[in-house]
Parts: sequence; structure tokens; C-alpha cells
Amino acid sequence: MGDPIHQFQLKHFFTLGHIGPYEIVFTNSSLFMLLALVLTAALMLIPTRRRSLVPSRAQSVAEISYEFVANTIRSTAGKEGMKFFPLVFTIFMFVLAVNLLGLLPYGFTVTSHIIVTVALALLVFFTVIIYGFWKNGLRFFKLFVPSGIPIYILPLIVFIEVLSFLSRPISHSVRLFANMLAGHITLKVFAGFIIMLGALGFPWAAGSVLPLLLVVALTALELLVAFLQAYVFAILTCIYLNDAIHPGH
Amino acid sequence: MSDGARHNGDHGNSPSEEAALSARLKRLGERLGRQTHRPVDKDASASTASDPSAMARGFRLSTELVAGVLVGAALGWLLDRWLGISPWGLIVFLLLGFAAGVLNVMRAAGVNTGSYRPPD
Repeated sequence: MGDPIHQFQLKHFFTLGHIGPYEIVFTNSSLFMLLALVLTAALMLIPTRRRSLVPSRAQSVAEISYEFVANTIRSTAGKEGMKFFPLVFTIFMFVLAVNLLGLLPYGFTVTSHIIVTVALALLVFFTVIIYGFWKNGLRFFKLFVPSGIPIYILPLIVFIEVLSFLSRPISHSVRLFANMLAGHITLKVFAGFIIMLGALGFPWAAGSVLPLLLVVALTALELLVAFLQAYVFAILTCIYLNDAIHPGH
Repeated sequence: MSDGARHNGDHGNSPSEEAALSARLKRLGERLGRQTHRPVDKDASASTASDPSAMARGFRLSTELVAGVLVGAALGWLLDRWLGISPWGLIVFLLLGFAAGVLNVMRAAGVNTGSYRPPD
């Protein structure tokens, strides 16, 4: 107790094998990713095995999450964006499940490690590049050459546009990572205040009610953040995919 | 909800019952369709309407700016190392990165950038 960073430490459970000089280790991070995968699959597969017109509780959760992501894609990337529904839905559900699992006591927040969010953001980034070139060919470069620009400042604008494009995976990944990291550290620090005040003895221990109230409020806020960041991650994925589908803005 | 015939009632379904059910479903669908018209054919490029809260927007805008500056600085530093033009690469690309960051923020905030980005 006391060290608010301790919760992000990776624990090696067992070694799966070696690829070159790298050891592939099953850690608590892998465990929680696997848990998120199993939970999401169960949420989607079990209620939809016995579909009914009047949905059961579990089925309506599955239906709501489908509708929610489908509407997000339709409103940001248009109808053609729906071919990326599996990607966006997987990313949304994975990030949401992982964020929520991290809020449980003794839970581990997978998205508080930047390597995970960068991997997800790069997946989207390369999907956009590969699909953009595959679908539009060289017209994909029109993304960097806005129309209606005088020729003498065009080179400058192209540089800025390219930098703006390259900065996407960074802002995409850092946002999720920083939100989860900061939120969990805040929670831990205020929970630590409860113990510290409680250890001071009779008159001061009554004060530990205040940080306790704050922790309750923060937990609710973190629940909101966990959902919101999964949503923001998914919606940004849609916006970036929109550029691959319709480049010449 | 698309196919009306699928329901797990355990009583026997006569064809007329099925027809009545599907007619009822169709009426319900029409009523629902009137109430919740979703923007199906809209290719919205602005993200502002879909951002759910002001806090998420704030986080988004700040990271956009920082990301632009960081990428500019990283590229400039790399160019300096490869081409041996220190410190000019860093200076120029840091400024370009700042401009890219501002552009990111303006896009994220849904600011209309004039004739520069016409709606498709």
C-alpha cells in the first residue's frame, strides 16, 4: 500500500516461449486481456444463440451495443464505413471491457500501459493507410493536398498536413492511456489518504470520511471515463477510417 | 428484429396468426421509424456533434495539440541526425509541428476552415 504506481506493475506468470531474443511471457496484463476477450465473447455469443423477438436482458445488451456502434459508424464514416464494423466493434468492446475490468478491486488496467494503446492506434493507422491506397490508389495523396490553396503556400501546407496525419496515432493512443493512468493514480492516492488519516488515531480518524466520500465520487467518475474513452477511441477510429474511404476533402 | 417470424412462443402458429403478427410488426416498425429517424446517408465529417461531453472534448483538443508538436520535434530531430543540419531541422519542424497541432485542434473542434475544406 502507499505506492500509487505499484498497481501498474506487470507480474510474470509463466513463459510461453521465445521469438528470437525476446521472451514471450504470460503476464497479468495478458490475463486481463484474455478475460476481456472471454467476457465480450460470452456477452455476444450466449444471448444471441437463443434469439427472441422480445429480447431477454442479456440479448438487449448485445443489441444495444451493436446499434450503438453501428450508429456511430454511420454518422461519422457514412454507409461505406459499415464494412469496417467488425474492426470498430472489436476495438470498442475490447477497450470498454478492459477499462471496466480495471476498475474492479485487484483488477489490472491493461489500457494504462501505453504499449497496448499504441498497438491499437497503429493498427487503425496502418488500416487507414493500406485501405486508402488499395481503394483510392494515388488519389489517397489528395488527403495531403487540400483544394483551393494558392500554389505558393502549397508545399508548406502539405508538410503541415503530413505532420498532422503522422500525429494521429500519438494523440489517439496517448489520450486513452493518459486518462486511464491518471484516473487510477488519483483513485489510489485518495484511497491512501483514508488509511493515513485513519491511522492517526481518535480525533483525526473522523476526517477520513472526507477522502472516502471523494473516492466514492471518483469511482463513479472513473466508470464514466472508462466508457467515454472507449467511445472516443472508437469514434476517432471511425473518423480516421472516413479519410481512407473518402480522401479528397 | 428484421424478420418477424422468429419468436419463441410455444403455442402453435397458424398462418393467419403469422400474418397478423407481421402486419403488427410492420406498423410498429413504421411508428418507430417516425420517431427515431437516424441519419443514415449523412457523411458527417465534423466530430463535434458526436462528442458526448465537454470533458472528453477538452482531453481530445489538448492531446491533439501536443501530438502535433511532438511529431514535429521528433521528425526534426531525426532529420538533424541523418543530414547533420543541426539545429535547423528541429527549429523548422518544431514550428511546422506546432502548425499541424493547431490544425488538428481546429479540425477536432469542428472549426470551419473556410474555402479550404469544402464539404463533399
